Amino acid sequence: MEAFFKKFSAFSAATILLILTSIFVVLFLYAKPAIKEYGLKFLIDSRWDVVVNDSNIKMATAALNQNTTDIDNEIIPTDDDLDIIEDNDLKDIPMDDDLNIEQENNVSDTKVIYGGLIPIVGTILSTILAMLFAVPIAMGIAVFLSEIAPPFISRPVGIAIELLAAIPSIIYGMWGLFYFGPFVSKIFGGGSVSLLVAGLVLGIMVIPFIASLTRDSMKTTPNVLKESAYAMGATKFEVIRDVIFPYAKKGIIGSIILALGRALGETMAVAFVIGGVFSFPHKITDPTVSIPVVLANNFAESSGMSLSVLFYLALILFVISFVVISFAKFYFLRDKR
Amino acid sequence: MRFLINKVVLFLSTVAAILGLLFLFWILITLTIKGVCAINLHIFTNDLVNNGLRNLLVGQFVLAFIAVLIGVPIGMIAGVYLQEYSFGSKYAEVIRNLSDVMMSAPSIVIGTFVYAVIVNPVGHMNGWAGAVALAIMMIPIVLRTTDDMLFLVPKELREAGVAIGAPKYKVIFDIILKAAKVGIMTGFLLAFARIVGETAPLLFTSGNSEYFTLDLNNEFPSLTVAIYNLATMPDKNLVDIAWAGAFILTLFVLVINLFGRYIIKEKK
Repeated sequence: MEAFFKKFSAFSAATILLILTSIFVVLFLYAKPAIKEYGLKFLIDSRWDVVVNDSNIKMATAALNQNTTDIDNEIIPTDDDLDIIEDNDLKDIPMDDDLNIEQENNVSDTKVIYGGLIPIVGTILSTILAMLFAVPIAMGIAVFLSEIAPPFISRPVGIAIELLAAIPSIIYGMWGLFYFGPFVSKIFGGGSVSLLVAGLVLGIMVIPFIASLTRDSMKTTPNVLKESAYAMGATKFEVIRDVIFPYAKKGIIGSIILALGRALGETMAVAFVIGGVFSFPHKITDPTVSIPVVLANNFAESSGMSLSVLFYLALILFVISFVVISFAKFYFLRDKR
Repeated sequence: MRFLINKVVLFLSTVAAILGLLFLFWILITLTIKGVCAINLHIFTNDLVNNGLRNLLVGQFVLAFIAVLIGVPIGMIAGVYLQEYSFGSKYAEVIRNLSDVMMSAPSIVIGTFVYAVIVNPVGHMNGWAGAVALAIMMIPIVLRTTDDMLFLVPKELREAGVAIGAPKYKVIFDIILKAAKVGIMTGFLLAFARIVGETAPLLFTSGNSEYFTLDLNNEFPSLTVAIYNLATMPDKNLVDIAWAGAFILTLFVLVINLFGRYIIKEKK
């Protein structure tokens, strides 16, 4: 019995390892057709669901490399007479002189091209925006709670902040769609769904997370250190800057990176407000798309190659966030036991 | 000058705190107003097909509950292993850190994983897949909670148990787990609160249904997925239902959290 239980519990512990590796393996297996088809070029290809003539794919790709920056309409400009059967949701096609677009339907030698650049860029930009917005405010809250506010304020406010971190992310998304999006578009212009709104909603969502972790690590500073600094005549700001921050630095940076990892993979808060449009955001108020949102919107109705492509994106997201979170965990937030 | 800088910085950080809190309370207030206005008895007695929430509330609860049944035993026993059997080995350290990483892994990726291993072989979305996805999210949380709570159990209790000749598993079940019971239960409660509000792992695993069902072999209704679908509908009535659902969900999660905190405080 004893031996059985020991083995059983060891096996349970191994499920963590098992699940993580099988997530990686399964995603890889399902993504394999897409990886074979598009290779690593997938990461820098901005075309999504674009049908091109098979014989001209090489040329199209070559042309793409010259024009990557300004491809907005999922059209591949080429010098050759390239037949592009346009995607049915495209309406306004800029007709350049050197671009021939024909509604020709020789399906037999055409091929659908998928590239992940737009969602990858959208994910990274919205996360950066979120962190730029959230970190200063969260630091302010943490400093306020641990150093400025009297206990009768800091206690309830601290609890409120922790509770807010528990609110499901779909609530943030819904609020963003109906209230915050229109508010932002009034101030900054643009639509009520955009990269900016997505970044800000994401930022507001991670504020409680960063604030409470930062406050916790600031509180670990021994009082003796603070008191001796005050005794030397240091102001509160100087104590915070020169005593508390250096002491809690690892914890603070770790919590920021952890929040960044969460923001990268966040789906519901972003899905409502980013727009879900496959185009580069030229302005910050343009709509775009991020990897989790692509998955959420397209997964249920995909099959074959388009499904495999989604698994490829999921794999990319998993690897990126795994690396980011592990970095935070192993480098900054190591358990001291 | 130094004092001026000090004043300015403290003022700025207070302003940042107020600004952040303002946003967060803005969310809560709109949610409460919208939710309270939309809640009525009709919502609780009808299914989504008749503009009600009954099947969704039940569905969400069933999914989360099955996730608890799957996730808690695995997570708990794994936590017991880390604290009682591993003796601080490298392997335990790796598991501990990996489960922290897994806790923050994108929930939608877990959804894609479950889609690949369950939905795709079965051929259609089903309730079991949704419950498994939630359970996978729950295991690392439960594991870490158990691990942390067992760490707090005094060493003397273990020694006393072993000294009277009890086998180790008996010591664990009858002494250590009992000593850490309140903390562990609270941890499970908080873990439950965290997965009950999840949407992303359910989107393409359990799908959605407008009708009342307890059949986990078919598409299964859930509140969060329904909120996601309803909120973007043009019909204002449906959006109101989504607000009511969002309010109920948030209230539920917050109450569980407050309750958990209260228990922990009582214990101390």
